Amino acid sequence: MSTILDPAAGRAVLQQNRAGRGERFLRGLRTPGGGVFVLLVVLLVAIVIQNPSFGEPESFIRFIGRTAPIAIAAIGQYFVIVSGEFDLSMGSVVTMQVIVAGNLIGDDDSKVIPVLVLMFVLGAVIGLINGLVTTLLRVPSFIVTLGMMLALLGLVLFWTGGAAQGNPADSFRQIGRGGIEDVPVLEIIPYPVIILAAVAVLAFWLMRRPYGRTLLAVGDNDVAAALTGARVWWVRTRAFMLSSLAATVSGILLVGYAGVHPSVGRGYEFTAITAVVLGGVVLGGGRGWVLSAAAGAFALEALFTLLNFMGVASTWRNTVQGVIIIVAVAAAAQSWQRKRRGGSAAAHSEQQRITAAPEPAEGTDKGGN
Amino acid sequence: MERIVSNDAAGNGPKREQPVLEVRGLTKSFFGNPVLQDASLTLHPGEVHGVVGENGAGKSTLMKILAGVYQRDSGTVLLRGQSVQFSHPIQAHEAGLSTVFQEFNLLPDRTVAENIYLGREPRKGMLVSRAKMNAATADLLESLGIGFIRPTSLARSLSVAEQQIVEIAKAVSYDARIISMDEPTAALSGPEVSLLYGIVQRLAERGTGILYVSHRLREIFDLCQTITVLKDGRIVDTKPAAELDDGSLVRMMVGRPISAYFPDKLPAEPAAGSQTAEGPAATPGEATAPTPLLELDGAGNDQLDGIGLKLMPGEIVGVAGLQGSGRTELLHAVFGAAPFNRGSMQLDGLPARPHSPRQAVRHGIALITEDRKAQGLSLNQSLLDNALGVVRAVFPGRTSTVRREVAGSFSILEVVARDLDQEVQYLSGGNQQKIVLAKWLAVSPRVVLLDEPTRGIDVGAKVAVYRLMRQLAAEGKGVLMVSSELPEVIGMSDRILVMRDGQLAGELPAGATEEEILRLATGARVPGTAPEDGSTTGGTA
Repeated sequence: MSTILDPAAGRAVLQQNRAGRGERFLRGLRTPGGGVFVLLVVLLVAIVIQNPSFGEPESFIRFIGRTAPIAIAAIGQYFVIVSGEFDLSMGSVVTMQVIVAGNLIGDDDSKVIPVLVLMFVLGAVIGLINGLVTTLLRVPSFIVTLGMMLALLGLVLFWTGGAAQGNPADSFRQIGRGGIEDVPVLEIIPYPVIILAAVAVLAFWLMRRPYGRTLLAVGDNDVAAALTGARVWWVRTRAFMLSSLAATVSGILLVGYAGVHPSVGRGYEFTAITAVVLGGVVLGGGRGWVLSAAAGAFALEALFTLLNFMGVASTWRNTVQGVIIIVAVAAAAQSWQRKRRGGSAAAHSEQQRITAAPEPAEGTDKGGN
Repeated sequence: MERIVSNDAAGNGPKREQPVLEVRGLTKSFFGNPVLQDASLTLHPGEVHGVVGENGAGKSTLMKILAGVYQRDSGTVLLRGQSVQFSHPIQAHEAGLSTVFQEFNLLPDRTVAENIYLGREPRKGMLVSRAKMNAATADLLESLGIGFIRPTSLARSLSVAEQQIVEIAKAVSYDARIISMDEPTAALSGPEVSLLYGIVQRLAERGTGILYVSHRLREIFDLCQTITVLKDGRIVDTKPAAELDDGSLVRMMVGRPISAYFPDKLPAEPAAGSQTAEGPAATPGEATAPTPLLELDGAGNDQLDGIGLKLMPGEIVGVAGLQGSGRTELLHAVFGAAPFNRGSMQLDGLPARPHSPRQAVRHGIALITEDRKAQGLSLNQSLLDNALGVVRAVFPGRTSTVRREVAGSFSILEVVARDLDQEVQYLSGGNQQKIVLAKWLAVSPRVVLLDEPTRGIDVGAKVAVYRLMRQLAAEGKGVLMVSSELPEVIGMSDRILVMRDGQLAGELPAGATEEEILRLATGARVPGTAPEDGSTTGGTA
């Protein structure tokens, strides 16, 4: 059984055969997924130069809070995109959840918890339907989620008549607009910042779990993944559920910010996709980091803020977003090809035998698994 | 420039005419691997010219260059004395050279006539004239003796054989002076084959030159006047069919030294681990009668029929056969990717029929696929992620344990890479294959199915794969290996199963020769025995 080694030695070897932390960090920054962090820093510096008050801790933390809903949506969208699919229903899920909260909670504080539970169940079910229709009925996700988007939107318009609804109880709105107050330096830590941090940590952890790695493998090559024993349909369906659940969280936060109106959440799917693409996540799946998707949302929001400070009318927002999505995808494709052409030669030069021990490993007597 | 002028000795007549096709010194490489070197052949009007060779000998490449699908690197092609170079299949068609490929290209929801005249429909004014088109098609089909196919039938309503015939009719409709056919009978059964024979002979009588590629030696001898043998991208010889017989043809097709790099068998290891394998499989002979790891009886599905085999612990069983004989399908059926739907399947003596790869993995079966890039690897993921692919997908709880062992198994397989974070797409074919092996070793499978395990990898990696197979056998695992490389099958296998047309054509012992295997695989006649009899066990012609 020479395939099995002494675990302790193995661990040491694993470290030895991976590049150092610093080197891996620098290597990462050169990829599109790392580049978005550089872009974000550049944009933030530019904003501060334009408007130094933006650099104040309290206004900066509010910027993070304001961006949290779209960043959370981008994280949700990431799971679907990295598995090789799209979720266009996200914006409508946000809208629907906002309306559900507004209508079902009303002024009754005691209904907050049950309705929250209902909203998460609704989100999960919508994701489940999106996922199952895509994977089991083999309808392209583009179509499935487009249909879901229209169906939910129609439902919302029917329910509301297209008009604004009464706001839900204040305790519910506090989730989106409140925060921990009297914090030194920052004054306030908005709840959305905390929720975003929790979602980001959860997403990061999930992507390092077997589920996350299998999701990447499915997005990269679903045939190979199926032939390694992965349940491709269930892996992808769960990604759709994560996306709809993320949209639900965004919706909850937006009720606090924006109130209850059928236009809340409109266009969210495209903003989320733009953010994910800006984060260097490859459309078609298999490539990209979840935190880069979140960073993409921040870079997008920072860009809009910068344009705002520079006096560009906010009506340009859609145009800017449209250009970004095309440029980002084109750039990713280019850098990808360049890497492919140049990369292999460079990579070959430094290749070496991966060794487990100083001398060629002979079988050890540690058997079993 | 050894130009082979055929038919000198044949006396078949066509010599008096100018050759309709002359190929001289044709050479083609893919990514530096020569697949066709200095190939030359001559085709006369009315001649049926057989092209034979093992898998990968270069037959299909030759066909595709002639059809304009691939571009040649060097050499000349003369059509009726004129040098031509096709950059697109349309040009070949227009020059009178039509090719019927193995894959069908008919549009299922168009009629026969629409398929035949696709893109060049007869017109009436600005509109397509269906009447003209259907009439022309009817004439065409009638002239080929297949008037029973109606021009207005939808392609999807036709049988496989009829579709094949429509493909040929389409080729003829271009006024082809030359038709090349790549395995035209691959999908046909007995009576349908004779229908095809009739068409081929009719075309030859009209003066069409026909290049006929087939694995089935019987057809070659039934139809062809001249036979060209290809091996490893080179032309071995071109001879009149009358001068050849099954034995001499098969010898020309093989006749390559078996390399000596197959490692010796390892002594069986005492069952050290906590494996559930029944005792130590001291000798891989059936005499000790341990429970077979895998046993099939009368198993079949859409592509396989009546498969019966046993795989014992510690055994390496080779599966030989031509392309399309059902070898890969057999592995995929055992692995649950295209499960059996009849017959019995047992694992460790217990009935088990995995209905998905996932179930198969849980039963301790591993499949190393034929096409590692399309089916075996996530190319954008790292070595580490690929190696952990199976564990994470099927046994996520074991991930952290296996993770510690990854570098060790890479080391044993002699993987060469920058580090564990490198994406596998940047590795050489041999190293990629080792990653595929590593990901399966990580779950300690009991039955290892290998499909073309050494295709496209260098010799060093091949030896590593062979050593691993020996090691697995010594550990009491069962290895079922499909390979087109006959030396490999012979050099590694304890027993050899030969497949033909989705069935097991026979079983050969370890010392079998390439000729014996090929004879079973092609269904070649052995003088003195009944033709098409699969139960032959050996003997020379």
